[in-house]
Amino acid sequence: MSNTYIKGSSGDEWEMVIGLEVHAQIRSEAKLFSRAPTAFGASANSQVSLVDAAMPGMLPVLNRFCVEQGVRAGLGLHGRVNLTSVFERKNYFYPDLPQGYQISQYLHPLVSGGGIVIRPEGDGEMTVRIERLHLEQDAGKSMHETGNVSLVDLNRSGIALMEIVSHPDMRSAAQAQAYVRELRLLLRYLAVCDGNMEEGSLRADVNLSMRRPGEELGTRCEIKNLNSIRFIGQAIEFEATRQVELLEAGESIAQETRLFDIHTGETRSMRSKEEAHDYRYFPDPDLPPLCLTQKWIDSIEANLPELPHNKRTRLIRQYRLDPYDADVLTANRDNADFFEQVAQERDAKLVSNWVTGDFFGALNKSKQSINESKITPQSLGELLDLVSKGDISGRIAKEVFAIMFESGSPPSKIIEEKNWKQISDIDTLEKYVDDVIVANPDKVGQARNKPQLVGWFVAQVLKASKNQANPKIVNEIFQKRLKP
Amino acid sequence: MSEITQWSLHRLRGALREKEVSAVEVARAHIDAIGEAAALNAVTTPTPERAMEMAEQSDKRLASGEGRVLEGIPLGVKDMFCTEGVASTACSNILEGFTPPYESDVTERLWQAGACLLGKLNCDEFAMGSSSETGSFGAVCNPWRGNGDAQLTAGGSSGGSAAAVAARLMPAALGTDTGGSVRQPAALTGTVGLKPSYGRCSRYGIISYASSLEQAGILARSVTDSAILLGTIAGHDPRDSTSANIEVPDYESALKDGVSKMRVGIPKEYSVDGMPDEISNLWKQSADWLVEQGAEIVEVSLPHTQYALPAYYIIAPAEASSNLARYDGIRYGKRASADGVDELYGRTRAEGFGVEVKRRILMGSYVLSAGYYEAYYLKAQKVRALVAKDFDSVFEKVDVLLTPTTPSAAFALGEKSEDVLALYLSDIFTVPVNLAGLPAISVPAKLNGEGLPLGVQFIGRRFDEVTLLRAAKTVEDSAGFDATPQPWWTS
Repeated sequence: MSNTYIKGSSGDEWEMVIGLEVHAQIRSEAKLFSRAPTAFGASANSQVSLVDAAMPGMLPVLNRFCVEQGVRAGLGLHGRVNLTSVFERKNYFYPDLPQGYQISQYLHPLVSGGGIVIRPEGDGEMTVRIERLHLEQDAGKSMHETGNVSLVDLNRSGIALMEIVSHPDMRSAAQAQAYVRELRLLLRYLAVCDGNMEEGSLRADVNLSMRRPGEELGTRCEIKNLNSIRFIGQAIEFEATRQVELLEAGESIAQETRLFDIHTGETRSMRSKEEAHDYRYFPDPDLPPLCLTQKWIDSIEANLPELPHNKRTRLIRQYRLDPYDADVLTANRDNADFFEQVAQERDAKLVSNWVTGDFFGALNKSKQSINESKITPQSLGELLDLVSKGDISGRIAKEVFAIMFESGSPPSKIIEEKNWKQISDIDTLEKYVDDVIVANPDKVGQARNKPQLVGWFVAQVLKASKNQANPKIVNEIFQKRLKP
Repeated sequence: MSEITQWSLHRLRGALREKEVSAVEVARAHIDAIGEAAALNAVTTPTPERAMEMAEQSDKRLASGEGRVLEGIPLGVKDMFCTEGVASTACSNILEGFTPPYESDVTERLWQAGACLLGKLNCDEFAMGSSSETGSFGAVCNPWRGNGDAQLTAGGSSGGSAAAVAARLMPAALGTDTGGSVRQPAALTGTVGLKPSYGRCSRYGIISYASSLEQAGILARSVTDSAILLGTIAGHDPRDSTSANIEVPDYESALKDGVSKMRVGIPKEYSVDGMPDEISNLWKQSADWLVEQGAEIVEVSLPHTQYALPAYYIIAPAEASSNLARYDGIRYGKRASADGVDELYGRTRAEGFGVEVKRRILMGSYVLSAGYYEAYYLKAQKVRALVAKDFDSVFEKVDVLLTPTTPSAAFALGEKSEDVLALYLSDIFTVPVNLAGLPAISVPAKLNGEGLPLGVQFIGRRFDEVTLLRAAKTVEDSAGFDATPQPWWTS
């Protein structure tokens, strides 16, 4: 791991110390403590149960599925799943918080410890330690209109979140971004969170302080609710510069909560430590402690999919892929699955080139996901087999692929219809060769002294055969016939 | 006053089944009684139309032989229960006019069993009190005046329920019991007050005051009637994570067995300084009755009893301060006019809550605050665990405990409203039960020298309401308490 220091105007070097709190929305059809639906984009206040609206006498009932997803995430992060955890109430008043408290976990989280291997851009691998993962409710949404009116939408109220807290192990914006990227990938692999940051399914709070290398930790500021990886980078860069300027001017950093303004790229103070709420946490008396059995946790662990870091390492080893291709293929569990299905008993390098090259290129262009495509692992495999058997040339294969991508027709059918089958029959090819030699006596003379002209002859045959001639065999024939 | 209103629930049930009376007649008699009893201020929202409608349905069912357990029995419900389409306000201005679109689990079970709703009953605001004086509908009057003519408290917080049952406005009623709110008013009104074990009944739809302590309870005129009602309202509800998923016994038939060989504990710590002789004599007398019926008396010790009340007055307000945060003027109930949201909260809650509720919210917020949490809330939880442990070890030696229900008979309205501590002390014998989640019952046993009823309390093992009810039935039978208050309120 390399450290990136910021140079202040004094010439001193400063080191960033960054820890992240990520709020990941659990992929669940119902809320954490009610059965109300959770679909994104529903009309305001259409997904609100009596519990979510905190009507008198309504009680929370824990959603078992959400707990299971939290356990999956915890295991994926190599954390320790606690057999007993406790839901507590975090008390504060806000119009979009109907109960007047958020049900969260405080002293006894669902998961303690863990870690995740990240690969920051231009840096080696490093591990970021996880402090804890706990479950909590989301709040609703306040919209402040003009004319002294505020509106509240409670659709989000009560939606299940996992809060994942890292140790302050990161030292640059790139590391923080790589951490969020890797965490999002992991959660997506586990299918516990869709990771759609623009929809608010994944948000990060950044804790950042500055120090001279080797010094004790400085005072930190928390930048709340960053909902894109780019904003995380911008906010960190701005905040680091701001803190260094203050420190170099001999001022101290006020511990506070700050907001990032996406329009100006700046952070500004939201509330100081003195204004911080006293949340009066205490165990929620409506919810008994959450007690899990090791057997249940083990059964969840036994059914975990291969995690991105393991898959990447395995693909490199098993298929001798280069790290870049392995990255591209593991960026999404479906991509990797697709690749592996095609690569069975085939040339993995060839498959990887096709999948990451032509296929992903076409997907990007048409804005399709791999599962939406008409190309299946079977059809792509068939195409590659036709190439390796010599039935079609690589060049024809690209054209066949383009048609497959549009129509979904099997490659053999396309080749038959288009009459594109490669000609490998020596007699037929000799005839093409004869024709070219007869038609170009002067070139034949030149070629005897200039062997590189063979290429030109081969091209003539390909042209004449509408690319169906097997270029390898044609080349061999010319090599013999044009020998000096 | 119709004779029908004198009948117990058990007697009414028989009469309805035998078609001696119709459900409509029964409902009518009680509706009339309520109409004449405005002076008691026991009923906040009478629902005569609904009662008659439900009674007509019951008569149809009874006629076709499809009568259910409580077919045609009219009941009242404390205003802490949410009742669909009927104002449910916890006797607080902050919920004035609040009409829930849902029904509490416990009341739902009553209607499913054929009972009909006579109306909502008065109580202390948010069930916080021991005298039913703090609610937005004003003080409840005890139907009992004894030999004097002063207006007395019916106890609290379920004072409206107790007064209504004692005054024969209804055969039985539901209350809630968080620190004695069913048993103490029962003792002060000569009625039977049953608090089931924590988790025996669902809390779904009960306006919450202190989640870990409160439970629906029953006020009735006999132990048998309590047993019948308990069988109806008990049971697991998946909508309440604190309700227990365990079998509900047939309480009514279990009453047939007496107390032979039953070991009854007398906790010495309940013999407090300054206890009036009439209370200690009744306690002793009750023990004697039990011995006569074959029970064995064992003196036991519950050493942490004296710490129960202070612990209660930390834990209950702590939970209340959080439970009542939802009454913010944003979504339902009262909203004060204000500029800005902070002022909206401040004014709404200042105008909406009464003095006692504000006091408990302040106490609760304080004991949960950073820097005080360990000293108060956590310490109180430790005390709570010790109180529960006391009971656990005692119940290895005895089957049930016998204590007084209250340290005195009914006191005058207003007498203790200025002296909060004195008022809190009236729950000294009932509060430990809630801290431990145990079932308990208060049975009326005699009138004191001033002609006011006194009760004794039985405390049982968690979920062992059966033993509790048997012991209570024995004292009830031996005491033969049949006094009724003079109906001064009808004049």
